[in-house]
Amino acid sequence: MTPEQRKELELFSARMRRWVIEGVYNAKSGHPGGSLSCTDIICYLYNVILNVDSQNPSDPDRDRFVLSKGHCAPALYSALGLKGFFDVNEIKNLRKIGSFLQGHPCKAITPGIDMSTGSLGQGISTAVGMAMAGKLVDKKSYRVFSVLGDGEMQEGEVWEALMSAAHYKLDNLCAFLDYNGLQIDGKVDDVMSLGDIEAKAKAFGWETVVIDGHNFDEIESAYEAFKANQGSGKPFFVICKTHKGKGVSFMTDDPGWHGCAPKEEQYNIAVAELDAKIAELEG
Amino acid sequence: MGKMATREAYGRTLQEIGADEKVVVFDADLAGSTNTGRFKKDFPERFFDMGIAEANMVACAAGMATCGKTAFVSSFAMFATERACEQIRNSVCYPKLNVKVCASHAGITVGEDGASHQCLEDLSIMRSLPNMTVLCPADAASARMAVKAAYENDGPFYVRLARLATDSVYGEFGEDVDFTLGKAHMVKDGTDVTIIACGYMVEQAVEALNILESEGINARLLDMHTIKPIDKDAIIKASKETGCIVTCEEHSIIGGLGSAVAEVLVENAPCPMLRVGVKDQFGRSGTPAELMAYYHLTGADIADKAKKAIALKG
Repeated sequence: MTPEQRKELELFSARMRRWVIEGVYNAKSGHPGGSLSCTDIICYLYNVILNVDSQNPSDPDRDRFVLSKGHCAPALYSALGLKGFFDVNEIKNLRKIGSFLQGHPCKAITPGIDMSTGSLGQGISTAVGMAMAGKLVDKKSYRVFSVLGDGEMQEGEVWEALMSAAHYKLDNLCAFLDYNGLQIDGKVDDVMSLGDIEAKAKAFGWETVVIDGHNFDEIESAYEAFKANQGSGKPFFVICKTHKGKGVSFMTDDPGWHGCAPKEEQYNIAVAELDAKIAELEG
Repeated sequence: MGKMATREAYGRTLQEIGADEKVVVFDADLAGSTNTGRFKKDFPERFFDMGIAEANMVACAAGMATCGKTAFVSSFAMFATERACEQIRNSVCYPKLNVKVCASHAGITVGEDGASHQCLEDLSIMRSLPNMTVLCPADAASARMAVKAAYENDGPFYVRLARLATDSVYGEFGEDVDFTLGKAHMVKDGTDVTIIACGYMVEQAVEALNILESEGINARLLDMHTIKPIDKDAIIKASKETGCIVTCEEHSIIGGLGSAVAEVLVENAPCPMLRVGVKDQFGRSGTPAELMAYYHLTGADIADKAKKAIALKG
């Protein structure tokens, strides 16, 4: 990755974060913490990985993306809006009556959404189904990507999905775990520890890597490893160490920002920080 | 005519429509029982056993449906509709996908396996989900038509299938019998009372017709194979023309066919109405025939209720 490419990605992420704050602030509700922790992963997906076309979002040969942690929809909407799937200004209407940007992703009404999610655990199962369709039925070359939350790993269905992806040898499937270590009630380790998540994913038959989920060079190396792994018959699990609320100083690593919108004063601070970051990267 | 279970009709119909490469079938380690094994034999590359993990199975089928497939999903009704209920709601009905949940072993006639496997709530639960169409065919011939309707029409379907081999009501399996989605099938016209039944209870209701006829009562019998969207016109017409109604279902009296009929009646054409069904209870082990008698679901029980309904007309 060249320094210019890295800077472009950082700028796109900063703009995504700015829209996450804008959306959640205007909605007066939503999930900023987790949206900000998976922003860099989603930024890399839509800028580098995904073979998708904003002008033809239902192309049957496109790569698929399922945001299994559907409550982090603001991050996904920001990427889709900035990539032209719809007018990015619609994010100001997030969660409002009449908007096509629902509190959690809705496939039926939002351009670019491959699956409705929000109920944790189901998204990764649907991604397995898409990967089965591509590899086993249609024999197409598209890939399927999904982002899961760490709290979501507590859902039993996730482990059913992991088991089935390995059983059907879905090496066209790549899951990113947004491992920020926090969930609504506090630290994941205090609420319900995941234990050695890498060993567990391996034991379920997945190939794994552990990366810094905010470092684009590391995200890229994980993506390269996924591509190299295709043909092995093993699905690919990327454990991304992240920080909840990343990019906004007072939200960082604070579980209180899981599902809470900033007040006006807090909004102004967050916007000032992110605008400064954008200006720095544009400069 | 020979007896055939609706689950067997399902498996045979899957073989018939399986030539369409859009058709994929999922099962949860019950392919022999649900009869999806028939499809597996003919089209192994489009059959997926998901193991004993119904929640993942339903959501996987939803994912595959987003890729243009028509996904049939089978297990016992108990596990398909209640274990995986929320997956059906959020991953199938909300995005309105082509997933057809065809579940066998519904109702009390599961028999000896007992209450844990006798699903008596599925119609109630599936009926309440937006975008879901709910079918409960009475015999093998109409089950084939129901499965084909699910295949031919877009969106989520629930098709309730039974374990027990039962008599034919419509004709032999394989005949293109009269079956219109959303339209009740009049098995027999009559003027004194209308019996509205679904599934295996249609056969019981035919027995009730014979009892009533011997007592000089001319009853109408409707097979309400489509529980949702329910045929309002046929219900209103029955109310106006026969003045009283009895519903019959091998299901809890809460939320199923009886409730659906009552909803139409009270808003459109109130008349005396009584329900035959399992009365807010769990099932138990026994032979199907013993259980039908134990829970008062026989033709004689229906005939009794019909006479009571007629008396209520005043």
